[in-house]
Amino acid sequence: MQEILNAISVWILPVIISTILIYGTYKKVPLYENFCDGAKEGFWVAIKILPYLIAIIVAVSMFRASGALDFLYNIFKTPLEALKIPADTLALMITRSLSGSATLGLFGEIVNTHGANSYAAKLSAIIAGSSETTFYVIAVYFGAVGIKKYRHAILTGILADIAGIIAAIIISRFFFYS
Amino acid sequence: MNYIWLFLIITSFIFAAINGKMTDVVNAMLQSSQAAVKIAFSLIGIMAFWLGIVKIAKTSGLIKIFSNLISPALGLIFKDVNKNSDAYSNIALNFSANALGLTNAATPFGIKAMEDLQKENKGDKKTATNAMCTLLAMNTAGFQLVPATVLAILTASGANNPTEIILPVLIVTTISFICAVVISKILERVF
Repeated sequence: MQEILNAISVWILPVIISTILIYGTYKKVPLYENFCDGAKEGFWVAIKILPYLIAIIVAVSMFRASGALDFLYNIFKTPLEALKIPADTLALMITRSLSGSATLGLFGEIVNTHGANSYAAKLSAIIAGSSETTFYVIAVYFGAVGIKKYRHAILTGILADIAGIIAAIIISRFFFYS
Repeated sequence: MNYIWLFLIITSFIFAAINGKMTDVVNAMLQSSQAAVKIAFSLIGIMAFWLGIVKIAKTSGLIKIFSNLISPALGLIFKDVNKNSDAYSNIALNFSANALGLTNAATPFGIKAMEDLQKENKGDKKTATNAMCTLLAMNTAGFQLVPATVLAILTASGANNPTEIILPVLIVTTISFICAVVISKILERVF
């Protein structure tokens, strides 16, 4: 079962890419030129998130080096261990609704300290990969059309985020925990 | 975010002073800023590659086809919106761009869709309609086919098999997407 699921994961990307390329060829799109045109943006994406990455990674590493993080862990240790959740991912769960760049920064931090093949890295990847910053989206979209009364929008976003985190914990345990 | 950041740095100094770890903290500060630059720069390759591929999908009209495929489903979610409204195609484009991880491309479509929904808003123009809240719920859930940035960081940090996270991410984002829409539909009766 696990192997089949992993195989699907590996095949999603090749299938999407070949579909895009074959359809592009069929529509006579200049593939090479379009590819390069789009790829140019990749550089700017990285540059754009760099300041946020530095801000978060520096602050979190300082926090860890000072021993403050250990202090926090000792408080939450028992409940987290009972659920087999690496303590480092706790911060990620809290930030993911608040800031996309902070989420990426923390994710980078976790991968950096635990190693890219660790369970903590995989769980964080799933949390970071399946989230959108609720508060930013609400501010941008409602701000654009002048909505002042959000009604149930924020509560919906938060509840859906909590559901997403629970799903991430269960699914990643099923896929990766050994 | 301001306070969180300030809190992290100030408490680090306080704890370092108490624990006698000031040297460690200063070293961490200097070294980790370099680590951050490394991470950001190693992102460039994969982000560039993915954005290049998606650009082809955009030019060839594949994204348009994808959004046509999902518009019937959207009709079910946005029942109270006029069937002829442009909102449908913009919502579909917004969803498709999000699914491919093109947040920057998705936002303009999403804002356009919001404007279309605002035209349909018969009540107070400052109060969100049910449809607007649903559209927002769809966006905050962040449905994604390929989490390109996360994949990039994993790869850059030397993961053996980074693509193994694609399916779990897809499952989780589908669950939170469905939850978001359902919760929004339930709550709209309450608020």
